[in-house]
Amino acid sequence: MAQLKVLVVDDEPGIRSGVSRILRTFHVTYPFMDEDYTFEVLEAATGEEGIEIIDREMPDILLLDNKLPGIQGVEVLEYVRKKSYDIVVAMITSYASLDVAVKAHNDGAIDFIPKPFTPQELKASIEQITKQQYLRRITHKLKVEGRKVRFQFLSVLSHELKAPLNAIEGYLRMMQERQMGDSMQEYASAIDRSLQRIEGMRNLIMDLLDFTKVSFERQVEKMQEIDLREMASLAVITVSPYAIHKDIHFVTDISGCGKIWADPNDFEIIFNNLVSNAVKYNKPGGTVTISVSCDDSDFKLSVEDTGIGMNTDECGMLFEAFSRIKNDKTRNISGSGLGLSIVKKVVELYHGIINVESVPDKGSVFSVIIPKVQVTHKKAE
Amino acid sequence: MSNKKYTVLVADDDPDYLFQVAYHLRNCGYEVMAVESQAEAEQVFSKMKPDIALFDLMMESDDSGFILSYKLKRLYPDVPVILATAVARETGVTFGLSSEQERDWIRADLYLEKGVRPEQLDQAIKKLLKI
Ligand SMILES: Nc1ncnc2c1ncn2[C@@H]1O[C@H](COP(=O)(O)OP(=O)(O)OP(=O)(O)O)[C@@H](O)[C@H]1O
Ligand SMILES: [Mg+2]
Repeated sequence: MAQLKVLVVDDEPGIRSGVSRILRTFHVTYPFMDEDYTFEVLEAATGEEGIEIIDREMPDILLLDNKLPGIQGVEVLEYVRKKSYDIVVAMITSYASLDVAVKAHNDGAIDFIPKPFTPQELKASIEQITKQQYLRRITHKLKVEGRKVRFQFLSVLSHELKAPLNAIEGYLRMMQERQMGDSMQEYASAIDRSLQRIEGMRNLIMDLLDFTKVSFERQVEKMQEIDLREMASLAVITVSPYAIHKDIHFVTDISGCGKIWADPNDFEIIFNNLVSNAVKYNKPGGTVTISVSCDDSDFKLSVEDTGIGMNTDECGMLFEAFSRIKNDKTRNISGSGLGLSIVKKVVELYHGIINVESVPDKGSVFSVIIPKVQVTHKKAE
Repeated sequence: MSNKKYTVLVADDDPDYLFQVAYHLRNCGYEVMAVESQAEAEQVFSKMKPDIALFDLMMESDDSGFILSYKLKRLYPDVPVILATAVARETGVTFGLSSEQERDWIRADLYLEKGVRPEQLDQAIKKLLKI
């Protein structure tokens, strides 16, 4: 239940108490509103008092009499517009003089409520206004969120690409200026670190290429029958230098039905990312279990690890582009936060779904389910 | 520089950047407290008052630097804060504190793009410390 604040500015006490009484029990629903709206009514007898309440209380809706003892209703309206307050204004007026109406309308009053009004008339107007206000706020919110996504993309990108450049540049300058002395020995760790940053950047660039690639349509000529068992072992081979380094063991559990009609690139992306994460976020000496199975309707892939795991909140955000979980356990692990968002996009191209179950410090299971139906369908095309 | 050693608190989750900045600032004669996260930085300044702070903008969260700046200023309103970021102007994000609301709670004294030369950083610090 949400509440909107309605401010009535009218010098007639009867009107103010009437509005209060009628709206006290009134509520507005709308099919796509998340919740019902109820109303809290604030009252002001003059325009001056009204402005004071507006500044202090920031009402959502303003019901404004034009003929007031001091400043006029339209002046209050002008004030609201000048301040660009997000308030919907309706004029209450006994004699609709045309020029007042036009001026008020130009200043953004969206409705005129005749005076005297019946409870029904007031309710109808308030309902109309509430819906408008709701829609306005929703569109505004969407715009802001859209901008935020773009902002996030660009800022993370520039952050992730520039950070390694800055680091490498910094080390090179230290060498150029012989800041740590003349012996090459002194610079060994600077060189190591630079190489590591370059490697990280290379991975990010590969990820970015994948990321843009998968946003295109499936290329029919690339579709072929692929063996999921092969895909799985390819991924294991790709990640094995790292896995050996961390002493990670693989278990594969692949039952008979391993063929799928697809672009091999796509499945390489899915397996490589899930398997490399399972190694990357594992503990030394841990295990990664890859299984592929199917039933009548779906293929099921899962990659399970015995690593650092995640809590529920963290699980909720990791499929978004650039989302990385930052805590003590992940601090020294580099990545762009793109991998899983790419996987999700690819899985969705095949009308599949991806899920994660995870327990902090115990491990995670990522499961992908892809319907078989499209396979025969695509083949028939 | 006078005989007093000024203490700079530096927080940055990029270990290379942290190492380099700390190295340069020590060369310039500062006492440097280098930490790798927002959480550690908070711990440090809850126990000791630095003369000046240099925070990375994005650490555990995208606005770690803002939060640190806010918290530090609440404890020590007189300690200058520099926010460093690798996020470029090209992204359309300027940290010029546009809205009043931002100005209200983000109280950094200076925004620096990462990758400025050590001498520039030294100068900026001296200016803020009025030395
Ligand atoms: N198996 C896992 N166990 C624990 N955390 C994981 C696992 N897989 C992913 N995560 C978390 O989800 C985040 C997002 O993963 P994602 O693969 O999208 O990006 P990344 O690994 O950081 O970078 P990259 O783009 O190089 O793969 C990771 O930063 C990590 O914190
Ligand atoms: Mg990954």
